[in-house]
Amino acid sequence: MSIPRERIRNFCIIAHIDHGKSTLADRLIEYTGTISERKMEDQILDKMDLEKERGITIKAKAVRMVYKAEDGKEYLLNLIDTPGHVDFAYEVSRSLAACEGALLVVDASQGIEAQTLANTYLALESNLEIIPIINKIDLPSAEPDEAKREIQEIIGLDAEEAIMTSAKMGQGIKDVLEAIVQRITPPEGLHESPLRALVFDSLYDPYKGAIAFVRILDGKIRSKQMIKMMSTGKMFEVTEIGVFNPDMQPVDHLQAGEVGYVAASIKNVIDTRVGDTITDAEKPAKEPLPGYKKAVPMVFCGMYPAEGEEYENLKEALGKLQLSDASLFFEAETSAALGFGFRCGFLGLLHMDVVQERLEREYNLNLITTAPSVIYKIKKTDGQKIEVDNPTNFPDPAEIEYIEEPYVEASIMLPTEYVGTVMDLCQEKRGTMKDMEYINEKRVILRYDMPLSEIIYDLFDQLKSRTRGYASLDYELTGYKKSEMQKLDILLNGEVVDALSFIVHKDKAYNRGRQITEKLKDVIPRHMFEVPIQAAIGGKIIARETVKALRKNVIAKCYGGDITRKKKLLEKQKEGKKRMRQIGNVELPQEAFMAVLKME
Amino acid sequence: MKTIGLYIHIPFCLKKCNYCDFNSFEAVEFIYDYLLALKKEISSLKGCGYTVKTLYIGGGTPTILNCDQLVSLFKTLYESIDIAHYAEITIEANPGTLTRDKLILLKAMGVNRLSIGLQAYQNRLLKIMGRIHTVEDFEKNFDTARSVGYDNINVDLIFGLPYQKVEDFKHTIRRILSLSPEHISCYALSVEEGTEFYRWQEKGELPLPSEEDERAMYYEAIDAFTRQGYNHYEISNFAVYGRESKHNMVYWTYKDYLGIGAGAHSFLNNERFYNHSSIPVYIKSITKSANAVAHIEPISAEEQQAEYCFLGLRLLEGLDKKHFYQRFGREITQVYGKAIVKLKEQGLLEENRQKLRLTAQGLDFANAVFAEFLP
Repeated sequence: MSIPRERIRNFCIIAHIDHGKSTLADRLIEYTGTISERKMEDQILDKMDLEKERGITIKAKAVRMVYKAEDGKEYLLNLIDTPGHVDFAYEVSRSLAACEGALLVVDASQGIEAQTLANTYLALESNLEIIPIINKIDLPSAEPDEAKREIQEIIGLDAEEAIMTSAKMGQGIKDVLEAIVQRITPPEGLHESPLRALVFDSLYDPYKGAIAFVRILDGKIRSKQMIKMMSTGKMFEVTEIGVFNPDMQPVDHLQAGEVGYVAASIKNVIDTRVGDTITDAEKPAKEPLPGYKKAVPMVFCGMYPAEGEEYENLKEALGKLQLSDASLFFEAETSAALGFGFRCGFLGLLHMDVVQERLEREYNLNLITTAPSVIYKIKKTDGQKIEVDNPTNFPDPAEIEYIEEPYVEASIMLPTEYVGTVMDLCQEKRGTMKDMEYINEKRVILRYDMPLSEIIYDLFDQLKSRTRGYASLDYELTGYKKSEMQKLDILLNGEVVDALSFIVHKDKAYNRGRQITEKLKDVIPRHMFEVPIQAAIGGKIIARETVKALRKNVIAKCYGGDITRKKKLLEKQKEGKKRMRQIGNVELPQEAFMAVLKME
Repeated sequence: MKTIGLYIHIPFCLKKCNYCDFNSFEAVEFIYDYLLALKKEISSLKGCGYTVKTLYIGGGTPTILNCDQLVSLFKTLYESIDIAHYAEITIEANPGTLTRDKLILLKAMGVNRLSIGLQAYQNRLLKIMGRIHTVEDFEKNFDTARSVGYDNINVDLIFGLPYQKVEDFKHTIRRILSLSPEHISCYALSVEEGTEFYRWQEKGELPLPSEEDERAMYYEAIDAFTRQGYNHYEISNFAVYGRESKHNMVYWTYKDYLGIGAGAHSFLNNERFYNHSSIPVYIKSITKSANAVAHIEPISAEEQQAEYCFLGLRLLEGLDKKHFYQRFGREITQVYGKAIVKLKEQGLLEENRQKLRLTAQGLDFANAVFAEFLP
């Protein structure tokens, strides 16, 4: 099919979770007849079960549609799907860089959310044409005029021409398609220049290897061509190129302005990094495309198999996940309490949750995770500078000159009635308010300077529960600041349990220590002896609880008729014990490790 | 010739006790039909070739049966199966259902061991338990039994009862010792689902003694009874030497037994099976087919070893390692070496050349020991 470049439109959809992005994408695909209705499954773009369940898009994908517009001509529309979560801001920026336009979908009853705002700003920075869409107008609670006003006032976009849709009911879809054709500019680029293709996503296929999803900015790419990854200089021979229909369909070539995929027997997605530029190995471009950044993990935790014998399986599973997720980091580590496991690094908390869930669900693993940590920069008294993401490696307080921790600018968008409680919360989280902006009389944006460690601890959950889900959060790393951090150890029966240690600000250490010992007291079963639970900082005990000794565990009566029943009771006890971790002579249930992860 | 223990279940009570989760019912209107069915099931044993070494008639309350019913039951038994002349024949009796005539008659039927449920020596506690008798009823029955010649009597006691104080139990012990029964079963109360006590507990209305007090009662019993010369031979059982319950020893030493009646369990040739526990279902099945087996559970070699151990370890003399080898063809240390080492380290188990047994501490944490022997 040959559609001239003037009739290509590359666009993405910006929306908050649940505002209807996937449903809108489905309707567009359906309307253009890209997939027959029979094959249409709800939310085609979200392939992974997990995405469907959580209603979020984790990895960007692309789909190509042919639309016959009112002017009678056929247009090629490339929809590039973007992840909708704060952890993946960089991926979003690369997806946006592959487009000329964006649909800004706003829920008519909810209005703009923090994440939408952040992504819209990113799109504006990339000079994208933005088409506001007010979705879910069929809902009784819809207030389309209010949503319009927000778009106008917060983002400063002219919302007069915002399109009213109900993706669910299939309303307004044609208007959206016409707007894409009329308002988004066709891609520019030089056919004759050396190849420059932007990698905006990648996928691992067991047969084809790592597949790069690309937007061709300049030149052409064809099968058998030798290509070069400009960040690493690695070269590959193209084995297949193609487009998304939405399944992958091979074509002979892709040229400037087009979107598609490139397979080149690349063994690992590490070599198809998002943001990288693919060029022609023989006639390379002088400069790569701007904006490439290596994804850097910001949050770390230990992941251990609940049963020691699962170690090899965990290793294999992490390896497999890494094949399709270049931002996942892991290396082997050992814990005295948990045995062999892995130190894993993630872009953020959601990324961590997603990886953990995929390991448990797709690979059937039962995991114990330790408290997530950020990277602390520590200057030691001997002048040495170290980075610590694992409490185990935290130096002795006497050897520390100072510690720096990562800070973010957190933007929280919320209804005005919750401003007080959220300000209290942010203060508890060691935040400093930088700015408060009224969007309208009902909604506010609060901007805080805040340590990342507080955000990964429980800020999301707290925000949700304190604003009944009405607040949304976005954050951006701003840099490192000196902080008085301490390592808090938990001792059971006098022995430090390494997997329960974590790094905490000195003003919070006492409270956290007390909360955790109290919580552990409830989850640790009684033993034949008394089990003291202590929280300590640098050898100084700051909190203590005691699990009283069990006095008896005996079936008094066991005669002929009871044997089967009593045996079941014993089996239950044995099963329960199996799931325990033996630490010294204390048996610790898995819940104990959860206790340090979250507080009520 | 195979010898077995035979258990006969009489699932009726005038009133169900508040702590009881046994298969017993207040449905006395079924007694007549039930006995017909029971006798039919007993008759089906004709020609089985077993010799009964111990016979135990339990319940419920077997002494709820009247003299005619008892005579007819025993008659069927003697006609249907070979009961050894030296057999231990026990019947469970509840004060309030025992009369001098019944006691004489039972003795004539061959009963040579009486097991009387007293539970506590305080009328207020008996009332809380929902017992139908008083301490005085018990004393009267006990004296009558002695006077008509019973020389092997067990008394059941329970400790850890709601509202029970350590002093109460000490008093119970003293009074029991003054009667010099040959055997004392002394159980820690366990609150089981489906009982009145359980319902009270759910409502927060069951003030049990503290664990410390409960253990104090147990230690007090061990101390007092052994000082009087009783042999503490099983976790909850004490006996004058030579008067240990032969029937219950069948269970604990993993020997064959046959259970007759509703819900009765059997263990024969390494297979466990049990009858329907509902009285009407039992009666119907027997009437139709002389068989009321609800479930058969074959026991794997591994499970047999486990059961052998956790039952045998209930006995204070412990397990005979040589006997384990004779029965299973493997050394016990080979099968359970790791567990034994660990339990010894924890101070719950001790071992000599012949035996493996619970320590004093192991008596309190026997379940932790038993669980280690499960496959």
